[in-house]
Parts: sequence; C-alpha cells; structure tokens
Amino acid sequence: MNTLFDKIWDAHVVQHVEGGLDQLYIDRLYCHEVTSPQAFDGLRARGIGCFRPDRIFCMPDHNTPTEGQDKPIEDPVSKKQVDALAANAAEFGLTHFGMNDPDNGIIHVVGPEKALSLPGMTIVCGDSHTSTHGAVGAVAFGIGTSEVEMVLASQCILQQKPKSMRIRIEGELGKCVTAKDMALFLMSKLTTSGATGYFVEYAGSAVRSLSMEGRLTLCNLSIEMGARGGFIAPDETTFAYLKGREYAPKGAEWDKAVEAWKQLKSEDDAVFDREIVFDAAEIAPMITYGTNPGMGMAVNGYIPTLDDIPSEGCQSFCKSLKYMGFRPGEMLLGKPVDYVFLGACTNGRIEDFRAFASIAAGRHKAPGIVAWLVPGSWKVRRQIEEEGLDKILEAAGFEIRQPGCSACLAMNPDKIPAGKYCVSTSNRNFEGRQGPGSRTLLASPLTAAAAAVTGFITDPRLLP
Amino acid sequence: MKQKFDIIESTCVPLPLENVDTDQIIPARFLKATTRDERFFGENLFRDWRYRPDGTLVRDFVLNDPRYGGEILVAGRNFGSGSSREHAAWAIAGYGFKVVISSFFADIHKNNELNNFVLPVVVTPEFLEELFSSIAADPATKVRVDVPAQTVTNLATGRSESFELNAYKKYCLVNALDDIDYLLLQKEKIEAYEKK
Repeated sequence: MNTLFDKIWDAHVVQHVEGGLDQLYIDRLYCHEVTSPQAFDGLRARGIGCFRPDRIFCMPDHNTPTEGQDKPIEDPVSKKQVDALAANAAEFGLTHFGMNDPDNGIIHVVGPEKALSLPGMTIVCGDSHTSTHGAVGAVAFGIGTSEVEMVLASQCILQQKPKSMRIRIEGELGKCVTAKDMALFLMSKLTTSGATGYFVEYAGSAVRSLSMEGRLTLCNLSIEMGARGGFIAPDETTFAYLKGREYAPKGAEWDKAVEAWKQLKSEDDAVFDREIVFDAAEIAPMITYGTNPGMGMAVNGYIPTLDDIPSEGCQSFCKSLKYMGFRPGEMLLGKPVDYVFLGACTNGRIEDFRAFASIAAGRHKAPGIVAWLVPGSWKVRRQIEEEGLDKILEAAGFEIRQPGCSACLAMNPDKIPAGKYCVSTSNRNFEGRQGPGSRTLLASPLTAAAAAVTGFITDPRLLP
Repeated sequence: MKQKFDIIESTCVPLPLENVDTDQIIPARFLKATTRDERFFGENLFRDWRYRPDGTLVRDFVLNDPRYGGEILVAGRNFGSGSSREHAAWAIAGYGFKVVISSFFADIHKNNELNNFVLPVVVTPEFLEELFSSIAADPATKVRVDVPAQTVTNLATGRSESFELNAYKKYCLVNALDDIDYLLLQKEKIEAYEKK
C-alpha cells in the first residue's frame, strides 16, 4: 500500500475492528451549528465530556445573516441554533469563533486560512464539504451527527476504508477556465455517483499549477462526484501558503514539519483502484443546466436530448428540466438571469473575488440583477478591502456583504425566490437548494461575473 | 431509534427516481432544530415533493397515494447523495421506514442510516427493476428482508438475493448497539495510539 491515501489513513488506524471496519483516529474535528447540537445532547445523555477538547474547533456559519451581524439574529430558530453552539462550546471547553468575531467565517474557509488544517492530518466535520481541507494534503471528509458524537466522545470513528482513485489532469488550462470548471467538468464526465466509495487524489500538471485557493475549490467539490474526499499531495505551493499562518508550526518546528510533509506523496509504483486521465485543453468554462451538479456542460454548449440519456435516467432528467424551465437540446447562452451569488465554501476566497472584480472592473451590474457577494470569512473580507477590490466592485454597482454560507443553502435570510434563476458559484443546484422553488446554475466566479454585468448567461471568454 | 433487527416483511413505497439527494429528503430549512425529534423530521420527509408552497397536498406524490405504504422505501440508484445531514436518516426513520432498498447508495447517507437503525439494502439493478414492476402491478406486493441471513426477497415473484452487511454493523443491528457504546470501551487503546 503506497498511495498517499494509504499512508495517511493507515497511520491513523488505532485498530482494525472485526468485520472490516477501521477505528480511525481524528486529528481535527470542526463543528458548526447545524449538525452538532444533537451530538452534544448525546454526550450529556451519557454523562460524558469531550475526550480531546484541544483538537476541536467550533464556529457558526450556516445561519449567520450577511448583514447586520453586530445585531442579534432576527429569526428566533436560527438564533437558538447559533446560541446553542456557543453554549455547547463553553460547556465542553472548546474553542469557538462566534458570529461577528474577526476569526469567524465558513468553517471550510477558516480552517485552511488559519492553518488549523495541516498536511497529513485526518479531519472531519458534520458537513459533506469537509473534503475542502484535502487541498492541504490531508484526509478530510464529511460525517453524520452520530459520528460527530463519536469523535467528541473518543476522538475516533469507525469507518470502512474507501478505495483509492487518482484523477490526473494534464496540460494547460484554457482562457477563463478555473478550478471550478475543472470540478464541474469532472462531475459531468463521472456523474454525481462516479466516485462513490472512493477517496480521490488529484494530480497532473494542471492540478499542480493551481493556487491554494484553486486547490481548495477543486477538493471542495469531490463530494459532488460521490467521493468521500479528495486531496492533493502537499508541495511548495502548500508550504508557502501555510507558512506563518496562525496555527502553523513555527521556527525549528516548521522546518521539521516541512521535512516530514515532503514525504507525503504517492510512490511512483503506487497502485490505485481506479485511475483516470483528462486533458486540460478539453475543459471549457462550465455551467449546469439541471438539478444535480453532474448535469453540467460548456457554457456555450447544448443541453442533452433524450437520445443522449439512458432509458432508466429519463424520468429524472425530464423532471429536472421541467423544474429548471429548460428544454432538451437547447442552448443556455443569452438566457436571462435574475440573481448572481458569489461565495460559499466553494468560491468565497480572495482569488474568487479577484476573478469577479477582473470582469466587473470598468463595467456595471446589469439592470434588474440582484447580486450577493459574500466573502467566506472576515479575513477574506479584510483582504478584499486591503487590495482595494471593494472600491472596484462598488464602482461597478456591487456591494460586499458579511461572511457566512448564505445563499448556498439559504438557511439564513439570503433566499432566491421561487422560479428565479441564479448563476451561483456555490456547490449544489438541487431543487430548492437556494430557497423553495429556486433555480440554480452552477458556474465559476468569472462566468457568474459575466452574467452579472450582462444580465444573461454569457461566455466570459467573449467579454472584451 | 435503537431497535433490534431480525426479519422484516412489509409492503413498500416505490420512488423510482435516480439521484434523490438529501436536500429533497429533508430541505435545509428544517435543519434548524436543536433536538433529535424523529417525529418532527418524519413529518417533513420529502416536504417539498409532498406539499405545495401553500401547504396543500401534492396528490400524485407517492407518500400521498393511499395505495402505497409500509416499512420499506424502494428508491432509484444513488439514493441519499449530496449533503451529509443526518437529519435525512432521522426523517426516514421518523416516518416509519426501517429499510431502504436501492441499487446504489451515497456513502455518507448509508452510514447515517446504519447509525440510526435504518437498514440500507443494496440490490442488483435487475432486482430493483423487477421490484418496481411488481409494485406497479400490485401495490400490495411484499418484500421480506432477513437480516440474520442477509437475504432480500420479492414475495410477488420469489426472486431472492443476498445483500452485503458488514459483520460488525450486523452485530450492532441485531443487538441494538451503537458505535459509541463500542468506542467508549476503547480508551486505553486510543491513549496508547496517542503516545506512539
């Protein structure tokens, strides 16, 4: 066993349990307010505390409003859930970055940016997008609330070891093709269940060329192919990103850590259960037309026709297009858009705001478009201001909101109304995901910005 | 809810759609509860497919069709994809399902079902297709799931298959034990691991 996945996983096995499960030691548990309260209740019911409180970090992100965070949350049910996390963290002695705290933000943005997530770690959270943290070279995956309770109680969970898959993307990415497009392209090829049962290692020159922000986006979307997680072996890009960050090792400890992290790679003769290679030149700026993230195509492409769909999938395909208000075989370019959302754990980082601003600069938000630009953390928002991106965006008619998950899943007040179309940089276009009846088209920050300044679906490559 | 599993024989509720995601099983706005009240989640299972925005029933959705009922949900492939929300498993359990039959499950949801004493049974695509046909021909079609023997049988046609179930998880289901009971007994081993 000589894949990087094997190395990290096997080093964390406390014992093999009869029946084929591994008792896996967890280095880092993140808790947000939605999937943790019942786990803390479970500890209280059993009369036990947290086994290793120093390995656990809590922050609310799903319910937080994106304006007026200095005031109490208006929705009493949301407020109760956010308050419960603060109370549970205090009761069990856990670090908590509360709403409006300068350290707060979306858990999957804050973890890497504070270097709480480090190479070689096992990382879990009651959230499927925990795969994001794989970008630093960690084995990171989402779990359910019962499993959160297991980690709170014992710092371990019982898991069947997934199979390993390597996806290599070789070559140079084309104009306006981002990490988001790479991920949407992979999902369109593999479907939303194509990597179920696997842990994915992303490799190849196009992956290596990505910045840390791009890598976080790519790994974030691993779950949308069904993979439990996805990661990238740490390299100089990783070390340069982590160095000097708050929780990164310092001084001689840093040098020692980097030496160890340099061993974190799959051996040349490593055997994967499945290996797939794609040519980066095949990837175009992507957009989704349906109600799962695998229903994607080039932004200038055509929706499949019924002839392209296997018979057992026709009922789901037709239901999906009916929901979206699209017809088989039609083009999306030029279709009017109502809302644009930039943000989420997928695309709420500084590079995403730079990309959006690069299109918005010198242009203006189209009339009738409602645009929500939501940084992934307060740190991202501060950096937007330091770089002057806020001025560029304001001049183009956009405003920057306060951080949180926001319209990605609309648990806060940011909801897309029924029937409206939203070009969104988030991760899921499921029915009702952005609010009951909402219609989501997933795309990159560049494609979202192109829609925001034109008012319709636009190929960002064609904007002069 | 912790319960002991043995043999389950029941009529089924058919949902022949693929890629049913957990946002459909329980929409995000119902995730704000801070307690594990399975009845609340069960009442909101497939909420936006069962009810229109004004609260009226969608008559042709299968949960509203009086011909169908029982403790077994039969779903198209890739059931439970998307969000890790365990609330989806709580909703399925809270509605009264003990077993979900499909040809393919998403990983996290499958674990969540097992951790909530809902048994995910993976069958071949042929078995699934035949079962959908049997139920369509006769909604009173029953399925028998024998957990100790790990077999699933379509009683309308007699077609039977064995299904996979991890030996440890089977022990938990048959004896109504959960992983935390097990892990709490492993403290010494965990501390020894930490010292390595």
